[in-house]
Amino acid sequence: MANPVEGKSRSTSLPIRSSEDVVTVRQRVRAGAIEEGLKLVDQTKIITAASELARNTLIYGNGGTVLIEPVANGSRRGVRLTFEDRGPGIADIELAMKDGYTTGGGLGLGLSGAKRLSNEFEIWSKPGEGTRVTITRWR
Amino acid sequence: MDRIPILKLGDFLLVTVQVDMHDRLAMNLQDDLTEKIVDSHARGVLIDISALDIVDSFIGRMLGNIATMSRILDAETVVVGMRPAVAITLVELGLSLPGVRTALNVERGMDLLRANVAREMSPIIYRDDREDSGEPG
Repeated sequence: MANPVEGKSRSTSLPIRSSEDVVTVRQRVRAGAIEEGLKLVDQTKIITAASELARNTLIYGNGGTVLIEPVANGSRRGVRLTFEDRGPGIADIELAMKDGYTTGGGLGLGLSGAKRLSNEFEIWSKPGEGTRVTITRWR
Repeated sequence: MDRIPILKLGDFLLVTVQVDMHDRLAMNLQDDLTEKIVDSHARGVLIDISALDIVDSFIGRMLGNIATMSRILDAETVVVGMRPAVAITLVELGLSLPGVRTALNVERGMDLLRANVAREMSPIIYRDDREDSGEPG
């Protein structure tokens, strides 16, 4: 289990309302990943996953937020990202997780790719209420 | 910055991506490049992504689109300078950039484009060169 790091206010919440915000999310995730000591390849993976999920939040969720948190499990450290929107939600999550499935004209690699690039992946969605995706990458 | 500069180098166009591109900037580049290929009669396009620390599915799709569109306009595209961590991540993301030629750096990419133009322009001379190559002198 991953626990938020206590006693430090290094969590960051960012809005995702424009494609410029997606760039800001990438930059802040990179800063967080470096701070937690992730190796270059792991940094690259979580930044790429963040980029995919932030774009999903923007395009499919009509915008939302991301919470960037340092996490610890014993001596292990990592970064956890929670993307949240109050958009239309996903009716069939299993279908949405399939490679190549898209409703928006993209490549359909966003969700499935982000899952492959993360150590932990969790998705919650309810039609009419919104979507929340949480990913963690460990050092 | 709303536009990424496109430089003309002889028969080729060189694009050096030096900023973290937001999606609209990537779309602009796609449009600008196709126009510039036609205007400049370029035979090849080099896209240097050595400054990019990620390539996600959007940028990957843009690179694929540019390669396809330039080929239709009779210009070859070579993507150069991809960082190792970016390549590893792209594969895991599920993107293999089909139809996109790559080279390690600008120099090798340029060699590839030159060889491509030489082959297209004079197939007979090209064949002669190969036959001659074994002989002294």
